[in-house]
Amino acid sequence: MSGGEGSIVQFDNVGLRYGTEREVLSDISFTLYPGSFYFLTGASGAGKTSLLRLLYLAQRPSRGIIRMFGTDVITVPRGRLPAFRRRIGVVFQDFRLVSHLSALDNVALPLRVSGVPESEIRKPVADMLEWVGLDQRADARPATLSGGEQQRVAIARAVIARPEILVADEPTGNVDPDMALKLLRLFEALNRLGTTVVVATHDVHLLKKVPDSLIMRLDRGRLSDPTGALRYPPRREAAS
Amino acid sequence: MTAPSPIRRNAPRFGSADRLVPHARLAGPMPWVIAIMIALTVIAASAGLALRNLSANAAAEIAGGLTVQIVEGAPAERERQAEVAVALLSNREEVAEVRRVPDAELDALLEPWLGQQGVAEEDAIPIPALIDVRLAGPVTPRRLEELRASLAASAPAARLDAQARWLEPVLGAVASLEWLAAGLIVLLAATSAAAVWLAARSALGSNRETIEIIHLLGGTDAQIARIFQRSIGLDAALGGIVGLALGGAAVWLLGRQFAGLGSGMVAGGGLGPVDWALLAAIPVAGVLLAILTARLTVLAALRRIL
Repeated sequence: MSGGEGSIVQFDNVGLRYGTEREVLSDISFTLYPGSFYFLTGASGAGKTSLLRLLYLAQRPSRGIIRMFGTDVITVPRGRLPAFRRRIGVVFQDFRLVSHLSALDNVALPLRVSGVPESEIRKPVADMLEWVGLDQRADARPATLSGGEQQRVAIARAVIARPEILVADEPTGNVDPDMALKLLRLFEALNRLGTTVVVATHDVHLLKKVPDSLIMRLDRGRLSDPTGALRYPPRREAAS
Repeated sequence: MTAPSPIRRNAPRFGSADRLVPHARLAGPMPWVIAIMIALTVIAASAGLALRNLSANAAAEIAGGLTVQIVEGAPAERERQAEVAVALLSNREEVAEVRRVPDAELDALLEPWLGQQGVAEEDAIPIPALIDVRLAGPVTPRRLEELRASLAASAPAARLDAQARWLEPVLGAVASLEWLAAGLIVLLAATSAAAVWLAARSALGSNRETIEIIHLLGGTDAQIARIFQRSIGLDAALGGIVGLALGGAAVWLLGRQFAGLGSGMVAGGGLGPVDWALLAAIPVAGVLLAILTARLTVLAALRRIL
């Protein structure tokens, strides 16, 4: 892999295996640049979620090097990882909302984790809920929300702390086409504010909705590069 | 879209940590388990403290005590030797107090076994004359030997015994009971720690999803551990208060019953203000133990995930 200067994420020859099974990800090398919008595509079981888990530091690779924010996160002491995780927003495929907390408290979680005073939490969280159209459901528990509403809470939680990288695993999988488009626009808006966005999806129609996006394709654990996303400098081509 | 407010990163505090894990409070078993443990610890500790006081008081009381018996069958000779012994002992520097136990007192002491004498002195069962001696300082074998030697010529029927020797087996048994109480306290503390460990493990299991989410959102091990410390600390505090009330009430009632016996030795086992303060500190120690156990358990469990 060449280059990497000014990158926010750099994977170099990364491999991942669970236990003694064969590798689910092999020879993964790519560079993500600040302010870019990436789609990660591939069939079910191609390794998208595994790759995202490496990206949001839920998993260490079996081999290779991962640099994030200019630091080798493989060798960094475990105690320093939370500081890196706070710079990454994650929309989980299964939302992973805290069931006994209200929508408002779920969205406020990253701020509370970061130690933001309570007096400075309510306003931005309320604004964020309004932004995703859930201001009327602020006090609702996740169990009382529809799938789409839960997904929007998960997205609001992922972006509330203004992450430098936003990682979203199938974020439009549970919403209707109109809402999917609205959520994509939300990601685009965040991207315009400087956040690097990585969206994993198997929905090829979605790729066409973000003209400036770059596409990385996973096929049985190996990465391909249909739009030059893996090259340096990245080519700003529209997804086709 | 407007940019959300900037946030501070890596701030050490974790606001509203108590909201992150649901609490059962008194509806759950944990406070009650701790209450029982604290109550038992308070009772065991108070028993240990009472025995320590009793032992210390008894030992202090008899430390310088010495009994001289004039074992002589002839009443006149017995009386003569007793008077000589009292005179000799009174003149010795190391003797603080000498008291001849009056015959009437001896008769009263022996009455339950021998009945009323009521006969002429010559026909009565010969009872040794008793002299109660208190030395300035403890009775050592050397001092005892010196006193024996000083009485040997003029009061050959005198037999000297250190009072502490009679109580040695009793004090030994009391010391064993004190150790038993200390052992019980250690066992109860270990059981409490084990109960907290189990509770923390159970809480970790039932809140695993929440913990993983907080972990992935950038929560540190210390932050997550604090959530559980706070939760278990509050449970332990509630349990501690209830346990102290139960244990303290039991100890107070027992104390009143023992005080009612009017026995000198048992009265020496009463609890003083310092003892009650120590008993009151047990729930505090219990809370600290619970918090420490919860912290170590949670940190050990968290170290297994990235």
